[in-house]
Amino acid sequence: MAYDVSDDESAAGSVIAIKILVAGGFGVGKTTLIGSVSEIRPLRTEETLSERSELVDSLYGVEQKSTTTVAMDFGRITIRSDLVVYLFGTPGQERFWFMWDDLAYGALGAVVMADERRLADCFPPVDYFEAKGIPFVVAVNCFDGVQRHSLESITEALNLANKVPVIACDARRLESSRDVLVALAQHAIARHHDRRAA
Amino acid sequence: MTAVQPFDPEWLDQDAGPVVRPYGLTGGLTRPSGQRFDLLDMVGVVRRAAHDMPQLAPEQAEVLQRCHIPAPLVDLAADLDLPVGVIRILVSDLRERGLVTIHRAQPAGVGDLKILQEVVDGLRRI
Repeated sequence: MAYDVSDDESAAGSVIAIKILVAGGFGVGKTTLIGSVSEIRPLRTEETLSERSELVDSLYGVEQKSTTTVAMDFGRITIRSDLVVYLFGTPGQERFWFMWDDLAYGALGAVVMADERRLADCFPPVDYFEAKGIPFVVAVNCFDGVQRHSLESITEALNLANKVPVIACDARRLESSRDVLVALAQHAIARHHDRRAA
Repeated sequence: MTAVQPFDPEWLDQDAGPVVRPYGLTGGLTRPSGQRFDLLDMVGVVRRAAHDMPQLAPEQAEVLQRCHIPAPLVDLAADLDLPVGVIRILVSDLRERGLVTIHRAQPAGVGDLKILQEVVDGLRRI
């Protein structure tokens, strides 16, 4: 039986949960960034591989549908007892993208992590967040503290709108990862003002 | 010929994967009833399980214990080390039995400048 999810905000709803996604290619430092600013915990999701097929095969093939357990990183920063930031590392592999819509619902924004040696890995998440209108920043993880290219050239290479912040970071350092999240929240505020002015 | 030990620990290490398949934990249910929950929807207990109620899964009993203080779905999955899909089903079953309520997460942040500013200030302090 279908039911309505309660909109009552008086009791449980009084905690405000903020969702931030951390995306980027495999091995770019998503786990490291989440782990440096929060207590990281692995979260397993058991999902069907192709949810899109539900409409066509609703009668047949339920038993043939493959499900898979995908691990993703999940961290929590308690700002106040009633204001909590949740960080979700998005699964890097393209075949798990069906999960993103679920994750992205209501998100404050996203951090797209970039490795300068493999910039092309950022294209899919950048495209996704642009298409969904979700505010994002690009955090260039400087492995070994070395930054090879100027941030301007990275903005250009990724073909970013010039208001999208591109920040160099060292995901291993708390302060650095924190600054990335602060930049994202500030960017979300700026986007909000832009929309109002428009 | 030697009989295979039913619970030979050699075969039950981490690499073997879960011993109980997820649908075993959900009483064979493969999808939650009703509306899909968001990961951040808050689950709160409304009343104790009645004695005459059909048996709850141990994991559901744990959910009830854990949710006296309302908790988001995602925390339950992580605390109980269960896949999100399994927690969704267990919780929706509890909801149908009238034991828990589910409060829709407010997609906060997108529209509320005051909260966004609090997030900025709060993050700066960590």
